[in-house]
Amino acid sequence: MSADLLVRAESVHKNFGSNQVLRGINLEVRRGEVLCLLGASGSGKSTLLRCINHLEAVSNGRIWVDDEVIGYRQDGNRLTELSDTEVARQRRSIGMVFQRFNLFPHMTVLENVIEGPTRVQRIDAGQARQEAIELLDRVGLAGREGSYPRQLSGGQQQRVAIARALAMKPVLMLFDEPTSALDPELVGEVLDVMKDLARSGLTMIVVTHEIGFAKEVADRVAFMADGQIVELGQPQEVLVNPQHERTRQFLSRVM
Amino acid sequence: MTSATSTTATSDGFVVVPRRHLGRWIGAAVVLVFLVWLGVSVSRAALDWGVVRSYLTFPVILTGLGIAIVLTIAAMAIGLVMGVVTAVMRMSKNPVTAGVAWLYVWVFRGTPVYLQLLIWFNLAIIFPVIGFPGLAPTRTIDLLTPFVAAAIGLGLNQGAYTSEVVRSGILSVDEGQTEAAQAIGMPRLMILRRIVLPQAMRVIIPPVGNEVIGMLKTTSLASAIGVSEILAQAQHIYFVNSRIMELLIVCAIWYLAAVSVLSIGQFYLERHYAKGSTSKALAPTPLQRLRAVFGTARSY
Repeated sequence: MSADLLVRAESVHKNFGSNQVLRGINLEVRRGEVLCLLGASGSGKSTLLRCINHLEAVSNGRIWVDDEVIGYRQDGNRLTELSDTEVARQRRSIGMVFQRFNLFPHMTVLENVIEGPTRVQRIDAGQARQEAIELLDRVGLAGREGSYPRQLSGGQQQRVAIARALAMKPVLMLFDEPTSALDPELVGEVLDVMKDLARSGLTMIVVTHEIGFAKEVADRVAFMADGQIVELGQPQEVLVNPQHERTRQFLSRVM
Repeated sequence: MTSATSTTATSDGFVVVPRRHLGRWIGAAVVLVFLVWLGVSVSRAALDWGVVRSYLTFPVILTGLGIAIVLTIAAMAIGLVMGVVTAVMRMSKNPVTAGVAWLYVWVFRGTPVYLQLLIWFNLAIIFPVIGFPGLAPTRTIDLLTPFVAAAIGLGLNQGAYTSEVVRSGILSVDEGQTEAAQAIGMPRLMILRRIVLPQAMRVIIPPVGNEVIGMLKTTSLASAIGVSEILAQAQHIYFVNSRIMELLIVCAIWYLAAVSVLSIGQFYLERHYAKGSTSKALAPTPLQRLRAVFGTARSY
């Protein structure tokens, strides 16, 4: 794998029982690249994202992040399933932001952000707090450290969730429809934070329905249908001049 | 109730006549008459309240109360540990651990706790000597004293019930919480301890509070296997002096007092685990309310 490749998926399949959700995904993401995954619901884009940090185990094929096979150790042609601890270690460098935020409701904003650094990476609490306060400032939530998640709006909660993921200093960020559960007037504040991250050179894979965001921020756009990537390329090509019939249908419906 | 019959004049000149709650007056009168009748009967009963008062702080009674409380704590500690372990085992993907946990709940929930106490107490009949790997064998009679037998018996029985409470608490926590914790690289046990259990506590504490109160009262069963808890002590006394009702009332007063203290503890525990569960501030504690009244409130 060449040095500037961060993520590689090779013929990834995922079945839930007899239901084939992913049917042979091949994908490469370079370091610093922002890739948007588009597609109708049920096309498998969230499942692909969840396979990348092993929240779902692939049924077939392999995914590499930073030269490591996710969920397995490879010796020659032999794949050994990793233990829980080793999977947890692999996930530490992959941040994830969920559609429904999934903040820890029994912890304050600050506690949410420092939970990973202090408990998982075991860094000094004072340093973790300092970094957390800087991160919260970066996502526009300075001064809200002591609030509990339920005291915040959806947009604020999602920005805390982004700060919580960033606190682990990930090499890759996965966004699973980060604005789909938000009131329309709150979508912008979350997208602004994500644009800022993209400009900072963070590698991001974003499942989204925000075509405008994809057009503006994505380096490449992948369009998925029926568990396959049917079209992949620059946003200008895929979104403005789609080649595939399914992409055209989808875009005509959402735009 | 007095205001219910008064009339109020409003500013725009109308007179508002509130509805009369005749039913309430009748209901209150019936209950009051009954209470007076009860009070008169009790005062006429052949009860010597002086005896009640003197035995209330009788050393043997207080020792018995202490034993009941310590037994409650010991049995609930065993019950909670067994409950959490069993709940986690039952939710495990391993069919053997899940099956063993199911078997435990089946056996201990399916037999009377009184019977279980008798079995623990009489275990020495079938196992005269108990040996643990690495420890010298001990005579069962020395190890399973009445108190230990009662703590184990009550605790294991409790664990079977508590495991279901804990399991429902764990199931009440949204799956997204586990996923978010996994995504920041937490190992499984840490997710349980830091993320899932603290949130499950909100669901677990009210029924467990009930169970602690129930346990305090169930410790009286331990008198059957020779534990000198408060009820057994009272019986020892009234077998001698025949002040049966006086001593039973002494026990009732102490049980009520202990349960009241436990209820207060439950209030504060529930409050602690309600952190972050609402968008509003927590309801003030009675102490905080008092402070607010007297103007000595600190910011909390």
